Amino acid sequence: MQPILNRYRRTRLRVQVKKSRLKAYLYKAGDLTAFMLRFFREVFRPPYEWRETFYQCYLVGYKSAFLISLTAFIMGAVLTIQSRPSMAAFGAISLIPGMVAVSVVREIGPVITAIICCGKVGSRMGAELGSMRVTEQIDAMEVSAINPYHYLVVPRTVATTLMIPLLTIIADMVAFLGAWLAMNIHDTSTMRHFFQAAMAHLEFMDIFPAVIKTFFFGFVIGIIGCFKGFRASRGTESVGIAANSAVVTASLAVFIIDMLSAQITDLL
Amino acid sequence: MKNHHDIVPYDGPPEPIPDTEPEEVPAFLPEPTEDRKVQPDETAALARVKDDPVILIRGLWKSFQEHEVLRGIDLHVKKGENVVILGKSGTGKSVLIKCLVGLEWPDAGTIDIFGRDIATLSYSEMNALRLRVGFLFQNAALYDSMTVRENLAFPLRQHKKSLSKEKKEALINEMLGDVGLLDSIDLLPSRLSGGQMKRIGLARTLILRPEIMLYDEPTTGLDTGTAHEISDLICRVKKKYNISSITITHDMPCARITADRIILLKDGIVYAEGSYADLETSEDDWIRSFFY
Repeated sequence: MQPILNRYRRTRLRVQVKKSRLKAYLYKAGDLTAFMLRFFREVFRPPYEWRETFYQCYLVGYKSAFLISLTAFIMGAVLTIQSRPSMAAFGAISLIPGMVAVSVVREIGPVITAIICCGKVGSRMGAELGSMRVTEQIDAMEVSAINPYHYLVVPRTVATTLMIPLLTIIADMVAFLGAWLAMNIHDTSTMRHFFQAAMAHLEFMDIFPAVIKTFFFGFVIGIIGCFKGFRASRGTESVGIAANSAVVTASLAVFIIDMLSAQITDLL
Repeated sequence: MKNHHDIVPYDGPPEPIPDTEPEEVPAFLPEPTEDRKVQPDETAALARVKDDPVILIRGLWKSFQEHEVLRGIDLHVKKGENVVILGKSGTGKSVLIKCLVGLEWPDAGTIDIFGRDIATLSYSEMNALRLRVGFLFQNAALYDSMTVRENLAFPLRQHKKSLSKEKKEALINEMLGDVGLLDSIDLLPSRLSGGQMKRIGLARTLILRPEIMLYDEPTTGLDTGTAHEISDLICRVKKKYNISSITITHDMPCARITADRIILLKDGIVYAEGSYADLETSEDDWIRSFFY
């Protein structure tokens, strides 16, 4: 009888642990949702922190532009070099600009930009706000009757929401440039001809959903980075955890949004 | 002197003023100015208001999961009084003052500040109250991406928008002059020593002219000389701005210099209360262990 009881107790304990984990997970998901929804209430509420917003735009946009351009250039070149043999086998080398354009504009440009920003911007926000939480700077704002959400989260999230679409456009253009240079390794193509051929294959429905989804990418990167920093617990270790989980969660969110957007675009 | 052995454990704060009699005890009376002299019928009310507690805590409970930190704290602070709270680490001293500004919320009990229960305040009302209550953090909590000037200008930018740039600058200079750090105005917090950071933290808090100051271990981590300077500064600030305050400390010289009244916390309750001299000569060994 005793072994059966023990097994029963162990199973019950295991269920309890799983239940409490589920509860904790649901609580966190609810907390993140409430944090996100709060943004829409705070963003239209004066005073508007223009100075902080412009500064964050500078940090997110200007400071990330080189890294994103370099990555996009390499991606464009690699895409052209690797697809060339297959395209040549079908005698479809003239379709390379169109193939590169569609894949870069619809998928590679937005996703690469978002993932780089997850690592560069999301982790910075997580670590910065986490550090402010640990050193009680956020508490100091609160006790000075300054709304820390309004001052810290809104400008950062607005900046990522506005800058990531711009960075994506830059990344697309630079990827075309990389593809054109790679094209000229084996073939000869003028820049004008390459860009004309690329644009000829792009339709409104290639560009529009891709641009729209980058706003969502920007929003989730900003809000998740800030959320993880804001919810950092006391202790220096939590700053690292906040930065790390900001990158992981935001990257996952980017891929989920990308998948949803692909499904929605497919239905249109 | 009162402690749990001789007189009474703690006789609790005075009874709160009932809301139903506002004509007898006005919650706030405007300070008399040159243009507005005190009317004869206001004199008695003014005198009574000065005796009313600006902070009144009754039956405060706070626990973190299974651990009960505060177990029914009763406490009051009168206008212009500095109450020092002593107690061993982990007795909930910092939690207590964080409850006063809404950084922590109690599980039970009431906190009345300026006659209003803070649990009933809306977010904007709580923020209005926070402007009247300053808080000096243990590590000063200066904004490390801003210079000293920007640290002081930040609350002004948020709350004193009508002030001209020149007046804001004059106010910043005045506050830095008060804490003796005018020459550090363009430095980043990383370039300041611990004592300097505490002074700047104090200046940043005082720039909004609070009526109550909450000091969370103002002298912790400082050498004896600097700790003495900070304690003197607390006294000067109290005298100059007529501020009521609560000071959390382990530093007995600081308690001796700054305290009008000392409250000893033990196991989440008020164990003893009295002046420095009273408690120093207590017959209770545990109380005396703080002093020797």
